[in-house]
Amino acid sequence: MTDSVSPAAADWSADAVAALRALDVRQVAYVPDAGLTRFLELAAAEDGIAMISVATEEDAIAQCCGAWLGGQRALAAMQSSGVGNIPNMLSLPRVCGMPLLMLVTMRGEPGETNPWQKSTGRAVPALLDAMGVELRRVEDPAGAGSALAAAGADAFEEDRRICVQLAQSLIGFKGFHGEGESDA
Amino acid sequence: MLDRRAAVRALLNNRGGDLLVVAGLGAPAWDCTAAGDHDLTFPLWGAMGGAVPIGLGLAIAQPDKRVLVVTGDGEMLMGLGSLTAVGAHKPANLAIVVLDNERYGETGMQRTNTGRGTNLAAVAKASGIPVVATVGSPARLGEAVSLARSARGPVFVTLKIESAMHDLVLPPRDGVQLTGRFRTALGV
Repeated sequence: MTDSVSPAAADWSADAVAALRALDVRQVAYVPDAGLTRFLELAAAEDGIAMISVATEEDAIAQCCGAWLGGQRALAAMQSSGVGNIPNMLSLPRVCGMPLLMLVTMRGEPGETNPWQKSTGRAVPALLDAMGVELRRVEDPAGAGSALAAAGADAFEEDRRICVQLAQSLIGFKGFHGEGESDA
Repeated sequence: MLDRRAAVRALLNNRGGDLLVVAGLGAPAWDCTAAGDHDLTFPLWGAMGGAVPIGLGLAIAQPDKRVLVVTGDGEMLMGLGSLTAVGAHKPANLAIVVLDNERYGETGMQRTNTGRGTNLAAVAKASGIPVVATVGSPARLGEAVSLARSARGPVFVTLKIESAMHDLVLPPRDGVQLTGRFRTALGV
């Protein structure tokens, strides 16, 4: 992040929702994360996007595949620990040659206050690579919207499986009762 | 107890282009294939626990079509949480039918927890699915079919079936082909 980034340009959540609209994404299946809060609220305020809170992240992957079978584009959104829940379900879009667009907010990176987040957080690239999902990391909030737009275009137009990974420094660090940094 | 092949034949009888079927892995997929392979059936060979959320995504995408998930008790047990999303969103065009023989059939007929007290229809009801039923007698099969095919959903029906094994009637196993034929038949 540089000093030249204005607050408006750094509103990655609004940019990402604009990208969903441009991609004609009609379903968002998600498990919430503090870092996804504003993004999910803005997406829910849009007409024509079904927001589905799923019990586990693998359901989000399966729902996206069902949406594709029915002719709609969908997004699976989750925090990094959720990636640890999905590898077997990722076989579905991979074996079936279906597109998949994922948005993952990172936990467990340097500055994390919960050590239990670090294990799966560190494993995210290896887990996704093992299951054939391309990972595109974003560290600059000004680039999140365009990264999601490009990932969606590549995924849906070329039947590829792509995850946009938002660095923890981009979304801010979660603290507990005054410990650490403030929520973002 | 119901004969699974007869039950699935009844469920899928006289289907047309307005019925979209997701078939859970193992015997439910074979039952659906035995009833007549169809471009608008998406049979699973894996992705255990995914049948209901696939059906949910499909039902949202195609609100004017009936979406029928036909799966087994083992597969449903792995994805119980997905019933909460169905109950919360309440797609009127989605029906879930679980063929419950209280066994993991594909791995050697080991017992599942539906034979030890888990009541799947009760789980569905408690998850917010408004129409639920458990049917185990041939005399009530017609009622179950009516719920699955035409009642305002979401609908959840447990069919208690005999644990007898049947001939393997395998669907195509190429996932790319299964996806392509489904989307082509649907015109998307």
